[in-house]
Amino acid sequence: MVEVLGKEEHEGMEAVGGEGKVVKWLAEIPADEYVLKGNSACAGCTAMIALRYALKASRATGRKTLLLVGACCMVVCEGVYPNTAYNVPTLDTAFACTASMASGVEAALKSFGRRDVNVIAFAGDGGTVDIGIQALSGAVERGHNFLYVCYDNEAYCNTGMQRSGATPPCARTTTTPGGKREKKKDVPRIMAAHGIPYVATACPSYPIDLYEKFKRAFSIEGPKYIHILTPCPVSWRFPTSKGVEMGKLAVRTGMWTLYEVEHGVFRLSPPSRRVVLRGDVVPVEKYLRAQGRFNGITDEEVERIQKMVYQELEWFKEAAARRKLW
Amino acid sequence: MVWSMSESDEGKHEIEIRIHSRGGQGGVTAAKMLAVAASLEGKYSTAFSIYGAERRGSPTASFTRISNREIRKYSQIRKPDCVIVMDPTIASVVDVTEGLKPGGKLLINVGNNSTDLERFRDYEVYAVDATRVSLRFDLKVAGIPVLNVPMVGAAARLGIISLDSAKQAILKVLGGGSVVTSLARYAGTTALDGTESLPSTMRKNLMAAELAYKETKRLNGSG
Amino acid sequence: MQEEEVFVTGNEAVARAVKLAKPNVIAAYPITPQTEIVEVLARYVESGELKSEYIHVESEHSAMAACIGAASMGARVFTATSSHGFLYMCEMIFWASIARLPIVMANVNRALGPGWNIWADLKDAMSHRDAGWIQFYTASVQEAYDTTLMAFRIAEDQRVMLPTMVNLEGFVLSHVMQPLRLVDEAEYDRFLPPVRIPHALNFERPHTLGTLISPEHNYLVQYDNNRCMRAADDVIAEVEREFERMSGRRYGAVMKYRCDDAETLVIAMGTLAKEAEVACDSLREKGEKIGVLRLRQLRPFPKAFLEEVKRLTAERFIIIDRAYSSGYGGILAEEVKAKLYDLGLKKEVKSIIAGLGGQDVPHEALEKMFMDKRGGEVWFGV
Ligand SMILES: Cc1ncc(C[n+]2csc(CCOP(=O)(O)OP(=O)(O)O)c2C)c(N)n1
Ligand code: SF4
Repeated sequence: MVEVLGKEEHEGMEAVGGEGKVVKWLAEIPADEYVLKGNSACAGCTAMIALRYALKASRATGRKTLLLVGACCMVVCEGVYPNTAYNVPTLDTAFACTASMASGVEAALKSFGRRDVNVIAFAGDGGTVDIGIQALSGAVERGHNFLYVCYDNEAYCNTGMQRSGATPPCARTTTTPGGKREKKKDVPRIMAAHGIPYVATACPSYPIDLYEKFKRAFSIEGPKYIHILTPCPVSWRFPTSKGVEMGKLAVRTGMWTLYEVEHGVFRLSPPSRRVVLRGDVVPVEKYLRAQGRFNGITDEEVERIQKMVYQELEWFKEAAARRKLW
Repeated sequence: MVWSMSESDEGKHEIEIRIHSRGGQGGVTAAKMLAVAASLEGKYSTAFSIYGAERRGSPTASFTRISNREIRKYSQIRKPDCVIVMDPTIASVVDVTEGLKPGGKLLINVGNNSTDLERFRDYEVYAVDATRVSLRFDLKVAGIPVLNVPMVGAAARLGIISLDSAKQAILKVLGGGSVVTSLARYAGTTALDGTESLPSTMRKNLMAAELAYKETKRLNGSG
Repeated sequence: MQEEEVFVTGNEAVARAVKLAKPNVIAAYPITPQTEIVEVLARYVESGELKSEYIHVESEHSAMAACIGAASMGARVFTATSSHGFLYMCEMIFWASIARLPIVMANVNRALGPGWNIWADLKDAMSHRDAGWIQFYTASVQEAYDTTLMAFRIAEDQRVMLPTMVNLEGFVLSHVMQPLRLVDEAEYDRFLPPVRIPHALNFERPHTLGTLISPEHNYLVQYDNNRCMRAADDVIAEVEREFERMSGRRYGAVMKYRCDDAETLVIAMGTLAKEAEVACDSLREKGEKIGVLRLRQLRPFPKAFLEEVKRLTAERFIIIDRAYSSGYGGILAEEVKAKLYDLGLKKEVKSIIAGLGGQDVPHEALEKMFMDKRGGEVWFGV
C-alpha cells in the first residue's frame, strides 16, 4: 500500500490513521466507473481523476447523481453525439451559468420532493473564477443544496491555453506570452467569505483526501464548494506521466494548500500540515522549473514567487492556530 | 511529368492534396509549405486541416489546394489527386487511399516499417524513408523526428512543385511566423543562393529536404 | 514600397489589419474559432509591435462593456468573438449601437449550442441584424483583412458613427491559409484619420451619456440611428472606392459573378457564395445561364442590391442561407423576398438552407440543387 501511494501520501495519512485508513479507504471506494472508456481526455489528464472520484464518492452515499458540466475540457471529454462517456444523467451548460443552471435543477428536484440526489456542478477555473463567478456567487448566496466543483488547470485549456484569473504569476499562456503579471485569484477564500457550510481545496495527487472531501460535502445540506488543482500536461507542458507528481509538488512547495472550512471552522488537510505547520517546504523553483509554461522565468521572478508562497504559508499557519480563516 | 496545370488540360486547373499525419507531427505545416511552394511558382493555393478536438498522437489530416486560378472552393477535399502519408504507422489504421482518384499519386513515408505497398498498386506509388532522413540530420522537436520537411522535399518528386520552390517554402515557413514573399514571384533559378549564411538548423532542414527528394523511389505506375 | 505578401489564416489576417489600425484599446475573450485573433493581438502587444491597452476581460459581456467604456472616452477600440461569446455580449452589442460608438468587431461565425458545435453557421450574427451594427460578410482571407481595414474608417466616419462587424465563417475561413497582400502602413495611416468621437466624454464641457430618456426623445434617438445607418450605405461605397485607389482591390456591397445575362441568379453570402461560383462555372459549361450575386453587406441593406436586382433580367432566384429563422424561413431568403415585393418584382424563388453547423457543402451538391427546378424551400441533406 505504501508503495502504491508513495511515501509522501503515506506520511500525510499518518495524521488520519495511517496505513490502516488507506486499506479501509481502498475497500470502501466503489469499483464502478461512471466515466467510461473511450472518453476523449488527453493522456495524463488529472481533471478526469477528479471527476471520476466525485462520481464514485457520490455513489458511495447511496444517492443518485445529477451532473452539470460547464463549457470546458470535461465537456469535450464526453465525446461526440450520439455518444457520451458519462454514465450519469448529465446536463451540459453554457459557459457562464453552470451554477445558475444547477440552482434550477436543484429547485426542480425540490419541487418534485426528491431528496435522494446529489447535484454536482463541475466547471473549469475559467468557468468559475472568471465568467461564472457571478452565477456562482448568486447560487450559493441563495443557499441551493448542491456541490460546486471547480477543477483548476490554471488556464482556458479547452480553447488552447489562454490566461484565466486562476493562472499563476509568470505562467506563459497564449494570451500572456511573456508571462502573466497578475496574481492568482483566490476563489476558495472568496467562497468561504460567502459563509457557506462547506468549502475545501483538494488535489487528485492525494486521492484519499479528495475522496473524503467529496463525501464530507455530500453529507452536508446547502451549498458546498470544492476547488481542485488539476495539473494539465498539455497546457503546463510536462510529460503525461507526471501529473500526480506535479500536484504533489504544488502542495509540497506550498503553491497549493489543502484545507477545509466547515461551518466556519478552518482545518488544514493532512498533506499540507507538514508544509504549513512544520515548515517542511520544497523550494518553488523545483515546481516552476518542471513545467514548460514557466520557461524563461527569471531568478528574480522565482524569488518573488517564493516570497509570496512564504507569506501565504504564514497566513495559513495563523488561520490554523485560530481555527478560522479570518 | 504527366501533370501540368495548363487550362488546356481538360479544365484541369487544380490539384488537391491530402496529408495524413498524427497530431503534433506538423501535418498542417507540411500543407502550408506545399501551398507556399506553389504560391512561389505563381499559382494560387490554400492550406487547411481537419478541425475539431485533435489530441496529440491521434491520426489527423491536412489539405492543400493548388490551382491556376483563384481558389473558390471552401468545401472539404474528398477526392484528392494526391495523398501524402507522413506517419509510417498510419496506413495500417486509416484508409489512406479513401477517395483517391485511380491513378492518383501516393507518397508514403515507409519508415522502417515493412508497409505492404502491394495493396496500393492501383495508384502511382512513391516511397521514402523520411524518418531516417530526419534522424540523420537530427531534426527533432520535443524528441520526435520532424517529418514534414523531408516529406515536402520528397513531394517535389511528384511533379506538383519543384524542389527549389519546396526548399524556399521550407525556409519561409520555418523562418518565422510571417511568410513574406515578394510579389515579384519566384523566378526559378537560385533558390538557395546565400544559404551559407543561414543558421545551421535551417541548412540541415534544406539538406534533409534534398536528401528525401533524392531517395524517393517511384515504385510502379504508368506515366 | 514593394507590396508584401504573406501566407496566413483568416484570423491572422484580421489581427494584422487591426495592428495597422492601432486601436487604443483592445478588450477580448477567447472562444473557438476566433481565439487566434485574440492570441495574435496579445503577441503584438506583448512584443511592443502594437501599442494598445489590452484588457484580458473575464467574459464577453465585459469585453464589449470595456469597449464601450473606452469608446465613450473617445478611444479607437477593437474586439473579436464568436457564437456563444457573441450572444453573451448581446446586451452590450445593442448598447454600443444605440450609444453610437464606432467599435469594430470581428465575429467568427459559429453554430450555437446546446450540443456544442464549433463550426461555421451564420445564425450568431444574422439573428442580430436588428442590433444596429453595420454588418459585413467576407469570403476570403484577403477580403477579411481588407474589410477590417475599411471597417475602422467606415465606423468612425462622422456621418456614420456606428459599430461595425466583420464576419468570417468559422474554420472554413478563419482557419484556412491563403496568400495575403499587405497594405503599406504609411499609406493606411493616410487612409485612416485619427479617431474623433464627437460625443465622447470630456472635461471641458461635462455631459452625461446614457441618462434617462423620455418617450418624447427615445424614438428620435432611434430615428437618428436609422438615418445614419442609411447614410452609411453611401459612405461605405465611398470608402471602398478610396480603398481601391490605395490597394488596387475593388469591393462592393454586392459582388457579381457572371450575372449579366443570367436567367438564374444565385444569391448568397460568405464562402458559400464562392463555392456557388464554382458550381456556376460548371453549369455554364453545360449551357445553363446562371450567375452568382454575393451580398457582402447585410446592414445597412445595400441599395446596390436593389439596383442590381432591378437591372438584371434573371427570372429565377436561388437564395442560399447558412442561418434560419425558425418558423419563418432562411433569413437572407426572406429579406430578399421582402425587397422584391418593395420593387414590385415577381420572381420565382427557391430557398436553399445549407451549411448549418459546419455542414460541408461541396459545389457538386450545389450544382445539383441549382438544377432541381422545384421552387420553395430545400434543406440540404434532409
Ligand atoms: C460565452 C462563451 N464564451 C466563450 C466560450 C468559449 N470557451 C469554451 S470553454 C472555454 C475555456 C474553458 O476554460 P476553463 O473553464 O478553465 O476549463 P478548461 O477548458 O481549462 O478545462 C472557453 C473560453 C464559450 N463557450 N462561451
Ligand atoms: S487539456 Fe488538460 S485539462 Fe483538458 S483534457 Fe487535456 S489534460 Fe485534461
